[in-house]
Amino acid sequence: MIKVISANRALAEAVRLARPQVIPVYPITPQTSISEYLASFVADGDLKAEYIRVESEHSAISAAVGASGTGVRTFTATSSQGLALMHEILFAAAGLRNPIVMGNANRALSAPLSIWNDQQDSISQRDSGWMQFFAENAQEALDFVIQAYKISENKDVLLPSMICIDGFILTHTVEPVNIPDQEDVDNFLPTYQPKHAYLDPKDPMSLGTFTDPDYYMEARYDMEVAMERAKEVIRTVNKEFEEVFGRKYDLVENYRCEDAEIILVAMGSICGTIKAVIDDLREKGEKVGLLKVIAFRPFPQEDIYQAVKNAHRIAVLDKNISFSIGGVLYNEIKAKIDVDASSFILGLGGRDVSPEDIINIIKQTRNPTEPDVITWVGLKEEE
Amino acid sequence: MIEIRFHGRGGQGAVTAAEILAKSAFKDGKYCQAFPFFGPERKGAPVMAFTRIADDPIRRRYQVYNPDYVIVLDETILEAVDVLSGLKEKGKVLINSKNEIDFNKNIESYNIDATGIALDILGVPIVNTVMLGAFAGATNVVTADSIINTTKETFPGKIGEKNAKAVQVAYEKIKYR
Repeated sequence: MIKVISANRALAEAVRLARPQVIPVYPITPQTSISEYLASFVADGDLKAEYIRVESEHSAISAAVGASGTGVRTFTATSSQGLALMHEILFAAAGLRNPIVMGNANRALSAPLSIWNDQQDSISQRDSGWMQFFAENAQEALDFVIQAYKISENKDVLLPSMICIDGFILTHTVEPVNIPDQEDVDNFLPTYQPKHAYLDPKDPMSLGTFTDPDYYMEARYDMEVAMERAKEVIRTVNKEFEEVFGRKYDLVENYRCEDAEIILVAMGSICGTIKAVIDDLREKGEKVGLLKVIAFRPFPQEDIYQAVKNAHRIAVLDKNISFSIGGVLYNEIKAKIDVDASSFILGLGGRDVSPEDIINIIKQTRNPTEPDVITWVGLKEEE
Repeated sequence: MIEIRFHGRGGQGAVTAAEILAKSAFKDGKYCQAFPFFGPERKGAPVMAFTRIADDPIRRRYQVYNPDYVIVLDETILEAVDVLSGLKEKGKVLINSKNEIDFNKNIESYNIDATGIALDILGVPIVNTVMLGAFAGATNVVTADSIINTTKETFPGKIGEKNAKAVQVAYEKIKYR
């Protein structure tokens, strides 16, 4: 059924369809309406889940870890400062190999205080061991949640997933979204049957024990192996999803890159605007393309390389900043791939990105004034 | 693609209007997108909301800078905001006012006493659905039937019926003026 809804609503509908049994959330600012929709679903009997209102985001993710540790499907949602407050327990969730799925509305971190969109919050959690998937639109928000459970719960992965949706730009925008049937989702995503470590009174075991130097490195190495293996699992789940629901996904989306001289690399909602600009420029004969990075973790370096290897030059667009080194996506691509690239920081704290900004980025990338310069798009001149 | 910008004050229902318009266009078989000007909403402060309507899926995600239509829910906003900013050459303006507004430009504008209609039918000065009825009357962007149906879905029960009547009255007032 197609409904005109926001990405918040789409994400909540996906959670309802995925049937998690425990949903701990901190329902106060900076929470999104995702938690409100889920509360309604549970209250109306449309979702049979334990909905736990906790006293902070730190507690929300802690409760999710506890619930997931008993082997049940678990969901939580947050945004910006809330995600930052979860930081400590994000590492525990990944290390305990809890297949939790979380929705995060990407919003700027304080200070200065802002409620608007950028991606600093989730990018700052990149080393926590969570997989991160960035949605371009409300449909992807819904589709990624359903697939994330299947990926996270795979016995070769067992790592949590974060579904990142741009604050306001997606969370507060309504558009048509195809909501799948419960029966199809149930067949695609059956009830979670944990086979690994989980708490069961009939078969007692300890989780999250103290680990001396003889074992810690191995546990971390196992996570690295799992994150690498996740790439193949994601592809397999993407294919199964396409067979049932007809929508095709991959670690990256390659948009008109085949013969492109200039390729823009970006994540999230900005990719929609870039596609529209590319279509306009292609009509004028300009060979430009977009590589949309969907999975930021695991990092799809091989997919990126294959897409951009024939381009003259690429532009990497970051809605984040790692001070003194630049955009994180730019630096990771430069570290892994030998490619001529320009770095653009844009959209921080909700600064709107217009088609003219994208056109200027393409112009600047085609004729770089000096190599390795980091351009802050739309920065006001000092008065 | 058609782009519409709503101007109003916090609490007047501009955001809801933008969403009802999008959902109505969807009922008419179009693709749609609606969103508020991103920011904290305060009652009485000038607010904006946007709707995009197209025959193909809409991928653009920036604020509407060059609207085809501007809908003004509150006349007093003219003193605070340039509602004509970026309006396309053949763009139209629809404004809630008893009087014809002289925009001093070669712009097609429509005025309707939406507050009067709202007070008369709804008993409250909330004009968003009235303005959508007028918009359906002034343009071919969306059908009045779809606005009426979406209004009823958005406000179930008696309030929806009253709003639907307000839509109908405003539609006819502009259509057959």
